[in-house]
Amino acid sequence: MLTGAEIFLESLKREGVKTVFGLPGGVVLKIFDVLYSEKELEFILVRHEQAAIHMAEGYARATGRAGVALVTSGPGATNTVTGLVNAWMDSCPIVVITGQVSTSMIGNDAFQEADIVGISRSCTKYNFLVKDVADLARTIKEAFYIATTGRPGPVLVDLPKDVSMAKADFVYPESVYIRGYNPTYKGNRWQIKQAAEAILKAKKPILYIGGGVINSDAADEVRELAELTQVPVTMTLMGLGGFPGTHPLSLGMLGMHGAYATNMAVHNCDLLIAVGSRFDDRVTGKIDAFVPNAKIIHVDIDPTSIRKNIHVDIPIVGDVKHVLKDLNELLRGRGNGDLKDARKPWLDQIDEWKREHPLAYKSSDKMIKPQQVIEKVSELTLGKAIVATDVGQHQMWTAQFYKFLQPRTFLNSGGLGTMGYGFPAAIGAQKAFPDQLVVAIVGDGSFQMNLQELSTAAAYKLPVKVVILNNRHHGMVRQWQQSFYGGRYSASRLDHSPDFVKLAEAYGLKGLRASRPDEVEPVLREAFEDRQPVIVDMIVDPYENCYPMVPAGAAINEMILGDPSPEQPQPSRESDKESALPA
Amino acid sequence: MEHIISLMVENKFGVLSRVAGLFSGRGFNIDSLSVAPTVDPSVSMMTIVTHGDDRIIEQITKQLNKVIDVIKVVDLTEHRHVDRETALVKVHTRAEDRAEALRISDIFRARVIDSSPTTYTIEVTGDTEKVEAMINLLRPLGLKELVRTGRIAIGREEFRAGVQQEKRKIEQAT
Ligand SMILES: Cc1ncc(C[n+]2csc(CCOP(=O)(O)OP(=O)(O)O)c2C)c(N)n1
Repeated sequence: MLTGAEIFLESLKREGVKTVFGLPGGVVLKIFDVLYSEKELEFILVRHEQAAIHMAEGYARATGRAGVALVTSGPGATNTVTGLVNAWMDSCPIVVITGQVSTSMIGNDAFQEADIVGISRSCTKYNFLVKDVADLARTIKEAFYIATTGRPGPVLVDLPKDVSMAKADFVYPESVYIRGYNPTYKGNRWQIKQAAEAILKAKKPILYIGGGVINSDAADEVRELAELTQVPVTMTLMGLGGFPGTHPLSLGMLGMHGAYATNMAVHNCDLLIAVGSRFDDRVTGKIDAFVPNAKIIHVDIDPTSIRKNIHVDIPIVGDVKHVLKDLNELLRGRGNGDLKDARKPWLDQIDEWKREHPLAYKSSDKMIKPQQVIEKVSELTLGKAIVATDVGQHQMWTAQFYKFLQPRTFLNSGGLGTMGYGFPAAIGAQKAFPDQLVVAIVGDGSFQMNLQELSTAAAYKLPVKVVILNNRHHGMVRQWQQSFYGGRYSASRLDHSPDFVKLAEAYGLKGLRASRPDEVEPVLREAFEDRQPVIVDMIVDPYENCYPMVPAGAAINEMILGDPSPEQPQPSRESDKESALPA
Repeated sequence: MEHIISLMVENKFGVLSRVAGLFSGRGFNIDSLSVAPTVDPSVSMMTIVTHGDDRIIEQITKQLNKVIDVIKVVDLTEHRHVDRETALVKVHTRAEDRAEALRISDIFRARVIDSSPTTYTIEVTGDTEKVEAMINLLRPLGLKELVRTGRIAIGREEFRAGVQQEKRKIEQAT
């Protein structure tokens, strides 16, 4: 007979878990007591439970395996909620175990009791309250099964204190069967045939890929499809890395901050092949004006994604990898040479759009432009680093200017837009790949939402490189206020941030700063060559804006391409004097 | 348009809130909902009456299918089915109205299940139209209390074969 705590940890090992992120507390002490002498599982002690969840997410997204977090009841559990919603929105497989007060106390408003099963119901793929130690092993098995199959997502297991103390025989189930849960993997043959015909017939097709391509490990299949049929590929924020950013057929990211040519190509296409993407409003802009002349093929493992936001002509429910394999089989040998010629006018048109308005920025020899930093990071890492971002302008610039080559190299909060995600996610990925270069590109605002994890990076010697695009603002908020609220900068200025170099030093880490454009490269080189965590404080132009931009509610071909011309009222830069460079 | 959706669900705690939470969280309407265990004690049947355009109903059935504790979803509106509800109506009855109350209840083959010197409690079962017709006739007498079960529904026998379909097949068809 084993105790619940032992059964729980044995079960994790059976699932191949090596790393657990979290923080202890009263009701999970029994588990931590067993962990004390545990050799095969490494526990990473965080400084805030929200970060533990983001670490588990970063770990999961970088590896494709479930990330695991363990926290206590009450406040420990409620601190996980942002991370759970984030993982839910971005279909990220994590298993979160929360301690709970003893079963006899549940419902009595006991000390540190929170109804986390109720609270997390709408932001988990499934959640469990384990009431009987005899159910524990099976529950863990089911939790991992649900989190990692079908459309992946977060699963929460609430484990009462008495259950972790009670004893039972340990029998780990070989397999699970859940009668209400049967994800569809194989696509319908007939629909796939229809899709193949439509692709061959189309004159102006676009492949629009999302996070589903990453989750189903289908980058190779996407590439084959694109090359076979000469279809240009655009990616959502979550899809970046699903197709090499340097490929001649790559159009980069589409949507609110998509490149001009990309959004024009999407707007004017006659066939949109949506693969593992979900027509998010940040992608489509005004939905009624989205792809007005196109037929739509939509491949997704989640039937609810199909026709949720937009009418689809050829829906295919299935796993992206399976479906594309079948589709490519039908298309192989069907006129690659002819297609090249047939597609030429379309690809030429796109090239013309690219020439008209390339993704660009005005460089300066006085101030560091944030885009310049991203370009340098991309250049120095050869697109081989794992890059995490927070949320805001720096995130969009990373999406625009970093050339992602491989799936699972871009960690980012797409659906929820969670500031504070990037740094802990990078730590999680670094834990999974200790020898790889992991760079967190963060904003000075977002970073301060989880910078307590500098301790964690230091404690476990996880050499994450944090590159702060320090613009002394909530830059994205400031940009909107400049564009749509007459430059009334309400609560978007960030004064009194710490001196990030000194902060790094206070944590026993290395801090570097660049304030002039010519310092960017040497400072980044120095950071990337170091084997410890480094914070790089990049003092960038505080008024740089992220373009193109599709205003909320506009169609995606109605982009603002740059700052308004000088006749129009400009925000006063004088007011920025006090927030100039830190000494 | 109104739809009657029949759900076979796991008979576990929390399932009702998963289903109800789905409707509230996504802004779908519930006109009525009823749930009870079936012959198989591990399974409950839920009948949900809802309304919305085709796109919304499609989303509702798909979202319900996605709930892990939901075993089968059938939109009965698309098939031949029968549906019933029961209402318990407590009417005020002055002496001169008592005969009238009984007459109305007779017309609808309803039954008086409780009475006091000033009230009758009448039980009526039928489709919604019938139940509402009776309530409307009783209304002038003065309704003291009204409790309705919400509708339950079942496919007609020819359709039983269809009900046996795997949840997946229904998912694909929608
Ligand atoms: C937790 C959270 N709170 C608020 C927001 C709203 N928000 C979106 S971007 C942004 C500014 C981010 O500033 P910073 O991290 O400095 O990045 P920048 O835009 O300057 O690059 C804010 C406040 C959010 N996305 N997440």
